[in-house]
Amino acid sequence: MKVLVPVKRVIDYNVKARVKADGSGVDLANVKMSMNPFDEIAVEEAIRLKEKGAAEEIVVVSIGVKQAQETLRTALAMGADRAILIEAADDVHTDIEPLAVAKLLKAVIDEEQPGLVIAGKQAIDNDMNATGQMLAALLGWGQATNAAEIEIEGDVAKVTREIDGGMQTLKVKMPAIITADLRLNEPRYASLPNIMKAKKKPLDAKTAADYGVDVAPRLTIVATTEPPARKAGVKVESVDELISKLKNEAGVL
Amino acid sequence: MANAGVDDDIFEALLETVERFVRERLIPAEPTVEENDEIPADIVAEMKAMGLFGISIGEEYGGLGLSTMQEARLIEALCNASLVFRSLIGTTVGIGSQGIVMDGTEAQKREWLPKLATGEAISAFALTEPDYGSDASRIKTSARREGDDFIINGTKRYITNAPYASVFTLMARSNPEISGARGISAFIVPADTPGITVAKPDKKMGQRGAKTADVIFENVRVPAASIVGGPENEGKGFVTAMKVLDRGRVHISAMATGTSQRMLNEATDYAMDRKTMEKPIAEHQLVQAMLADCQTEIYAMRSLAHMAAKLYDEKGAAPMEAACAKYFTTEAAGRIADRCVQIFGGAGYMAEYAIERLYRDVRLLRIYEGTSQIQQTTIAKGLVKRRAEQR
Repeated sequence: MKVLVPVKRVIDYNVKARVKADGSGVDLANVKMSMNPFDEIAVEEAIRLKEKGAAEEIVVVSIGVKQAQETLRTALAMGADRAILIEAADDVHTDIEPLAVAKLLKAVIDEEQPGLVIAGKQAIDNDMNATGQMLAALLGWGQATNAAEIEIEGDVAKVTREIDGGMQTLKVKMPAIITADLRLNEPRYASLPNIMKAKKKPLDAKTAADYGVDVAPRLTIVATTEPPARKAGVKVESVDELISKLKNEAGVL
Repeated sequence: MANAGVDDDIFEALLETVERFVRERLIPAEPTVEENDEIPADIVAEMKAMGLFGISIGEEYGGLGLSTMQEARLIEALCNASLVFRSLIGTTVGIGSQGIVMDGTEAQKREWLPKLATGEAISAFALTEPDYGSDASRIKTSARREGDDFIINGTKRYITNAPYASVFTLMARSNPEISGARGISAFIVPADTPGITVAKPDKKMGQRGAKTADVIFENVRVPAASIVGGPENEGKGFVTAMKVLDRGRVHISAMATGTSQRMLNEATDYAMDRKTMEKPIAEHQLVQAMLADCQTEIYAMRSLAHMAAKLYDEKGAAPMEAACAKYFTTEAAGRIADRCVQIFGGAGYMAEYAIERLYRDVRLLRIYEGTSQIQQTTIAKGLVKRRAEQR
């Protein structure tokens, strides 16, 4: 079975995000970028499936600026077999929207015919949480989102999901789309020798035009603001005062 | 000769991975290492899997083949975490592998380098003896020839990684007629060779989790073919050690820089948070002076380490420059450790803060791989010799 994993290049989770002066988005100029952590989990899961013998080949796909090939190299260094880069923007600030990404992925999937797609449940930059679902709809495939555990049984994937109030296990017939949640696994570090070998693994460079997909944004960003600064706390003199404040001022009791 | 190194884009990816490993795995494990006097087994396994043991071994033997400059940058990043982690790979990255890389026979390279590169075999360097440290060329451990074999007898002291070692690079006197350096050969001795006893690990001031111990050799029989470079290299052990030394001194300069940056980061964070007289101490001028002195010295340390590394990569040797770098950077690290504890004030004396541990750990840098005083004499001899050639 071939497993396809889409990966997105996003602002590194350790970086303190700053909003651009004009409020059009987060400033990404000269900011450290990395693979979306949920996608890293998806790559790890694909590698584990391969190690267990449930998958033969892992193809990673990234859509965005040219520099996304660094993200693909990271996935190759972790253990993916080959990569496809779809260049769809010149400016690092251009975010390709989920529908366009899903359309491009559908085109790739039509060519590659994978038995399973594992994607991150969402990207940490815009938190859309939509691409996997849209892709399932476009392909007419089954989907299992927020996976905390995946087991392959023949042509069925048994997926355990974290839901409100507990765990839910469902079976989805493959080919299918599974999106990875935080607790699915803990991704490995790419070893240094594998980082070197990754450079020799195949990486196909394509453009959005090659697939005839229009990536022009449909959404308009009205404003981007930083979270309000934390206000200083107050010291209370007694437990009674605390309870009164929680009741009357904070309204939480 | 120095490794050519890897492509820049690959190196940046390697560096980024090590930085992340340091931040996410090594630094959080430091208190456990200190508490248990041992690096947790899962971290050791991860360090091996990551390929850290093989950074100075060529790609053809399963390593990375970093240039000296790249090694310096990677080691600086690694030493943002406790020096204890670096200590585990240090003896393999240094003479353990480099002795074989530079002077080993093809058979020795094929036998040992792939195992060393993955950390499957950990190497220790057995040079220092109870009576001989800085005057290492006078060591007494004897290697008596018996047919095609040598019989080794003697005691080695403060041998880093001895309890973990699967192989020793052992310096022993193969020719009793010659009392100096030319009577010494370097032997590759598997640790399970009969007659080798590793004593109880030493109790140290700092670097808990890094192990040193005495190693006793009693009638240890090794073939002449185990001399680094084969039997024809008998008596050249010191030449091999000297060749490796320059690179080792650049490596230590990078360590000193990395751990100093860590200490300054700790002290700066503290100075920004800690308030006295109703403002952060980072705004008090005398604290600012200490912060500025640390930063300035770190900039000088890094520059010096990189200059020496570059020279070594170009020329294959940099004895005086590497000694200057080792001397300056390790002494500066001592000053920085002292200032950083001072910035912490009373808290800096408490084991609750990492700076107390880092302060103790860093003390060793001025002592091992050539004390500051040995570096000074090397530097002075080097410059007098150069001046004599110029006049």
